[in-house]
Amino acid sequence: MQRAIKHPDPRPRAESNIVPMAGSDPVRHPNSVAAEVRNLRKTYNAGTPHAHEALKDVDLSIRANEFFTLLGPSGCGKTTLLRILGGFEMLTSGTCRIFGEDVSRLPPEARPVNTVFQQYALFPHMTVRRNIAFGLEMLGKPRAEVESTVERMLDLVHMTDYADRRPDTMSGGQRQRVALARALAPQPKLLLLDEPLSALDLKLRQKMRLELKSLQRETGITFIFVTHDQEEALAMSDRVAVISNGHLQQVGTPEDIYEQPQSRFVADFIGESNLIEAKVAGVTGGEASLDIEGFGKVHAPVAERVEDGQKVWLSIRPERLVLGSGDGQERAKVTDRTYLGNAVEYHLHVGEHALTARSPRGGLRGRQDFAPGDVVSVGFEPGSIKVLLS
Amino acid sequence: MSARPLALSSRIPARVAHAGLLWPSLGVILAFMVAPIAIMLTYSFLVPGAYGGVEWTFSTAAYEQILFERDFLDDSLTFTPDYLIIVARSLLQATVATLLCLVISVPTAYYIATRPDRVKNIWLFLITIPYWVNLLIRTIALLFVLRDDGPINSALIDVGVIGQPLALSYNGFAISLGLIYSFLPFMVLPLYSAFERFDFRLLEAAYDLYASRRVAFFRIVLPVMRPGLIAGSLLVFIPSVGSYLAPDILGGGKTLMIGNLIGTQFQAARNWPFGAALSMILLTITLIVLFWLARRAAQQQMN
Repeated sequence: MQRAIKHPDPRPRAESNIVPMAGSDPVRHPNSVAAEVRNLRKTYNAGTPHAHEALKDVDLSIRANEFFTLLGPSGCGKTTLLRILGGFEMLTSGTCRIFGEDVSRLPPEARPVNTVFQQYALFPHMTVRRNIAFGLEMLGKPRAEVESTVERMLDLVHMTDYADRRPDTMSGGQRQRVALARALAPQPKLLLLDEPLSALDLKLRQKMRLELKSLQRETGITFIFVTHDQEEALAMSDRVAVISNGHLQQVGTPEDIYEQPQSRFVADFIGESNLIEAKVAGVTGGEASLDIEGFGKVHAPVAERVEDGQKVWLSIRPERLVLGSGDGQERAKVTDRTYLGNAVEYHLHVGEHALTARSPRGGLRGRQDFAPGDVVSVGFEPGSIKVLLS
Repeated sequence: MSARPLALSSRIPARVAHAGLLWPSLGVILAFMVAPIAIMLTYSFLVPGAYGGVEWTFSTAAYEQILFERDFLDDSLTFTPDYLIIVARSLLQATVATLLCLVISVPTAYYIATRPDRVKNIWLFLITIPYWVNLLIRTIALLFVLRDDGPINSALIDVGVIGQPLALSYNGFAISLGLIYSFLPFMVLPLYSAFERFDFRLLEAAYDLYASRRVAFFRIVLPVMRPGLIAGSLLVFIPSVGSYLAPDILGGGKTLMIGNLIGTQFQAARNWPFGAALSMILLTITLIVLFWLARRAAQQQMN
């Protein structure tokens, strides 16, 4: 089967797509850039009344060997970005490079990239083995190499026993593994994963998270993973890009994204957050005094310039609120108490503001428990208040 | 998806009650298909009556007649390929018509299936419009188009492309054209529904795995659409083999197909057993094609 490498059409071809991963290639070389997009824009139906800007001026650099996640709510543009990297959508303007090579105008079959599709898109008329062999055959690999690679892939995803079954006789988790093996078999420089876990049930999803991560470490291939599930993103990624409404909101490690959100959107989308409006009431050094209406003043570090009287947002994680009683500072009222198994959540009213506090195993082992109607004091753990300007 | 069976009566078990729903159509099939075939099978082993009809004497002469000619004087049998040629021509015409219908229908069906719903319905409606007109009228109309003084030939002569009219009618070409025209929608519709069910993400997956457009079409699209291709081919091939109108009108009765041969035996030639035997041959050909396809489909499942 060397049909595929005889490219009958005159489209530009990447030299590198035929033999991905040669000896001293940049794929395993850390710190090199695996994928890079600059000033990327994608407009659907451009020039018509239905024009829709899916991506607006996105700049992004993904390092080699990284498990990189594109995270955002549905319709935010993350899948569009992935499809542009895969070559399934053409970008409207900007550039898209894979390991330094401009692939902006290359079709999918000319890119050293493979994809794990959302619903797997396994070929229904082929056995697991034939599915996995397909990409290798298209690259014109010798039969012996195809067979040995297929065996290795089957082993890698623990599907050797199912090699001669067809996709429609298998469970979602098994199909998922086959899809992974099929995409990894040609040894792509980049593996794109389009919400591959969304069709699985919770237990399987958690198991596959670990498998995916170890697979990425074993193969050393750069993974670009799309999801709307922030927990998934935090659990698996080396770095996360949060996307909303076609804009890149923030890029960073899971810790960065969770601990240091830079916008209200990120604070709210990643984990849970109390977002409170406040006014700046003086800045000394790097610390601002902030006035929360109906509550009083709090202090928090500010990174950017703020002016007196400027309106800002404070983000505080529920687990970093400290509730207490008996110190005369009680200003919040418990409106509801929710038992979550490993934690207890309290819904509070502080002046006009509704806050949520979460206490691990609240009420047990000496921790105070509260009931709806109780009046409590509210404190913030040091460093827990993030000041957000947007 | 299985709908919950409707309870017709509380006393009759649902399975029995629902089997009853089948009886009207089963009755029709028994009365008007199984019974006539049984009669034809019987007649094919009898002797022709002098003025049509049959005489109740067992004979295999009708089947022998397909391959051999009986000498008037000494009753000896000599091989004659005349009828075999007609059977072969019928098979060839039907095969050509089926293949051409396939080639024409694949792009058409693909185009329709990939349109938005509203546009899709308009196209499907247009495809079925010819069926509002009787097949006989449409076939005769086609003859008028193809005739020596028809619009095609007159236009070509007027423009000066040709001096003499092209022989477009009363030949194999006209018959092929008639068959394709008559049965094209039977190919387009099953292919359309196959394309509509086709998961185009499979194509993206194929491109992603370095397949060219052509390879993806032959290795992914065609195999996945197999059931639709087979259904369409059968719907065109079977009526084409036995078709009567197109060869009769467009072939001018000069280029016989098996359908016309059968017709002649029951009318002018008044040889009912021979006509019945030819019908049995036609039926056997059809069944062989069906079984062959069914077996291939079963083998596909096994692999």
